[in-house]
Amino acid sequence: MRELLRDAEHLFRLAGVFAALLIVFLVARAIFTPEGFGVYGHYRAGALEEVRAREINYAGRDACLDCHDDIATVKKKAQHAGIGCEGCHGPLQAHVADPSTVVPQKPDAKFLCLVCHRENLAKPRNFPQINPKEHADDDHCIRCHDPHAPLPLKE
Amino acid sequence: MEMGRREFLEKSGKYIMLFGAATKAWDFILAGTPEEAPGYDVTRHWWAFYIDIEKCIGCGNCVRACKAENNVLREPFYFRTWVERYHIPPPDLANLSEDRLPIVDSPNGGYDGFPERYRDGDGSKSFFVPKMCNHCTDSPCTQVCPVGATFDSPDGVVLVDKTYCLGCRYCVQACPYGCRYIDPRVQTVDKCTLCYHRITKGLTTACCETCPTGARLLGDLKDPNDPLHELLRTQKVQVLKPYLATGAKLVYHGLDGAVR
Repeated sequence: MRELLRDAEHLFRLAGVFAALLIVFLVARAIFTPEGFGVYGHYRAGALEEVRAREINYAGRDACLDCHDDIATVKKKAQHAGIGCEGCHGPLQAHVADPSTVVPQKPDAKFLCLVCHRENLAKPRNFPQINPKEHADDDHCIRCHDPHAPLPLKE
Repeated sequence: MEMGRREFLEKSGKYIMLFGAATKAWDFILAGTPEEAPGYDVTRHWWAFYIDIEKCIGCGNCVRACKAENNVLREPFYFRTWVERYHIPPPDLANLSEDRLPIVDSPNGGYDGFPERYRDGDGSKSFFVPKMCNHCTDSPCTQVCPVGATFDSPDGVVLVDKTYCLGCRYCVQACPYGCRYIDPRVQTVDKCTLCYHRITKGLTTACCETCPTGARLLGDLKDPNDPLHELLRTQKVQVLKPYLATGAKLVYHGLDGAVR
């Protein structure tokens, strides 16, 4: 044993250097690793909450039905029953949160009708499509159609 | 004690591997149990998405809703979701061995709908393909991120930690579906979050909410009563670029072989 340790001083010095480096590494790691890193995986767990914290703009159709059940009744059996209110009326979470001061704009009916119903080869064949010139001489769609229940025509 | 080279390599290899496993195990012990978001348990959901190409009419409602919901820049080239129109010309009967390459266009990502460009009756085929992040299970973008800013959430959504992203664009190049872009306002990457702020609160995504034909459907595969299970069981579905084995969770019904 004594034989072994006789010239071992340089080995202890080396071990000391390694130990110091290890401590520096552990301290640096503790300082630079952000909170929550590695809880779920190789990322900051807090990022999930941050992504989740974004504000909602589209309230969802169920929120509309709370007040506008008259429209819901009209729409329920019509061709447009499956379309969410905000598909045409735009994002209205602000209106849901404060119905009295935030009043929604009337949607641009002509753009919205035709963006779906203008004839286009790429649309599915069974989808109702029209040429606005031939169909109504470019007149406003809502003159004859109720956008909530487009057929039968308005009185 | 005598030890041959083979035995030495065997033993040292075993110890090195076990040490790695032990460190990993120690990491788990240190991490403790994950904190839960109030009312939402990440371990009880596995989100997937279903797009029915045969129902898409290219109205662009999803594109407009996505931009409004997620504050995406209105200029072209910044899209979390967009719609492409594929036009496959008729075959050249004199030269059938030649490939018919599809003509793809997406004016402003489909934001204003699609003006008619083609004429009926020439034997061609056209259809719309909505595109968005595929939320891959083995996502290439997550694998290349050098800092852990892009990650797969425990409920199967690929998200970006904006405070951690360097803006190095490596993931933009890695995504085989072209679903990422650099937001010039903050110089970090941006992509579809599957409306994570909505789906974790019981709402559907903005694009599903506004799709007039029901071409888009969000589903939670850990919920046995989710209608998506029924669709996956009864319909013929396909993912984009299946040969890349990205484990895409965005499945298409009626996907044409020409779609890239």
